[in-house]
Amino acid sequence: MKKITLLAALVASGLAHAADPIRIGVDATYEPFAYKSADGKLVGFDIDMANALCAQMKAKCVFVEQEWKGIIPALNAKKYDAIVSSMSITEERKKAVDFTSKYYHTPSRLIARAGSVSGTPDSLKGKRVGVLKASTQEKYALKYYQPAGATVVPYNSTQQAYLDMAAGRLDATVADSVEGSTGFLKKPEGKGYAFVGPVLKDEAIFGHGAGIAVRKGDDALRNNFNKAIVDVRKNGTYKKVNDKYFAFDAYGE
Amino acid sequence: MLDFAVVLEPDNLKLYGEGLLTTVKLLVISLACGLAASVPLAVLRVSSNRLASLPVWGFTYVIRGTPMLLQLYLIYYGLSQFALVRESAAWALLSDAWFCAMLALAINTCAYTTEMLAGALRATSHGEIEAARSMGMNRFTLYRRVLLPSALRRSLPAYSNEVVMMLHATSLASTVTLLDITGAADRLYSTYYMPFEPFIAAALFYLALTWLIVRLFRRFERRYLAYLAPRTH
Repeated sequence: MKKITLLAALVASGLAHAADPIRIGVDATYEPFAYKSADGKLVGFDIDMANALCAQMKAKCVFVEQEWKGIIPALNAKKYDAIVSSMSITEERKKAVDFTSKYYHTPSRLIARAGSVSGTPDSLKGKRVGVLKASTQEKYALKYYQPAGATVVPYNSTQQAYLDMAAGRLDATVADSVEGSTGFLKKPEGKGYAFVGPVLKDEAIFGHGAGIAVRKGDDALRNNFNKAIVDVRKNGTYKKVNDKYFAFDAYGE
Repeated sequence: MLDFAVVLEPDNLKLYGEGLLTTVKLLVISLACGLAASVPLAVLRVSSNRLASLPVWGFTYVIRGTPMLLQLYLIYYGLSQFALVRESAAWALLSDAWFCAMLALAINTCAYTTEMLAGALRATSHGEIEAARSMGMNRFTLYRRVLLPSALRRSLPAYSNEVVMMLHATSLASTVTLLDITGAADRLYSTYYMPFEPFIAAALFYLALTWLIVRLFRRFERRYLAYLAPRTH
């Protein structure tokens, strides 16, 4: 009897393996791209886009939540198979993972109390600038603002940085323009704050938009995602997801 | 393959150095404040007057009964949500991540040390107390000359444990933006996507500090607990 159960279990696990879902890592603290709705569900542009791409690939996808700073190591530790979490494609990250082509591209900007600083590195001398740990924005702040005399303060999520902005512990924060706008500026806590200075530019740091990260050498999955991105751009699915969140085309030019 | 070259780069070593300084500063200051406050609290805790002992019992019960990470979040992120707090004079201190981390650490070690000292006070042998009474000491003198010195000495081995635990607890400071040893490892981890090397390096720093603490306390114990040691001649 025991042997039969064991055999059944083996067969069952074998079958389950054949239909293994694609596990997708996501940091759900990044409104409107990936966050939790009031009832605790994962929602956002990244989530909808991942679902659309999976539908296009006729694959089943499950989401695995992961704090941002550990999101690449956890991919390489096989906790999930791909990262669809607004990750900018940068040269540095390419050393650790492979990327698909971009699925959207929005620039980063500096947020501060309206009229408090001009936004140039020198205007941040002696100021405290909050950033998300392990983000492109952290790299930018360390490269441009820290040498100019700003203190760069690292946070585990952008939400914590916004809490500290509202509490007055920070003078400024560097954020994705869309996420910063939805996650902070448009909320009651963001009253009196605004984007200052121009769109931040440094291709070596910010890369060429957000892509889907897969483990190095996982070309099959990467190619499938690449093809799916092209397909959803063509068949209108991308536009449908895009228009749910943005009044402009997030894909960029 | 482990590759420690990154950890040994001058800039990154400097990061660890700054982290080490932060860790030690947090540890020393919070221990000093916690210990200083725990002595009077322990005396109140063993008081036969319920009005004196009950509040202290409540304090140690709540602090020892909840995770320190939660307390730290409540102090750092929680309090800052109230305009009342932000506009009060205390905000000058509470807005500072340093102060919040030190406060949480000090409150914690204070609660644990209070219970430890209270236990040692209760375990004082009756003979010592009777002897002191028969010498005509009043309660204050009794505490000052007999109870407290004896209880503090006997708490030493347990206290060395507390100090080591506190050293490890300081790593929570990295969750409120401070760059301690763990924070430094965190930054390297997220910069180079290497999970092992930066944290192993951090572990070595903690091990070295623990070794120092243990050595220091062994010396203290040899000196202050000599009268309890087995005779060697």
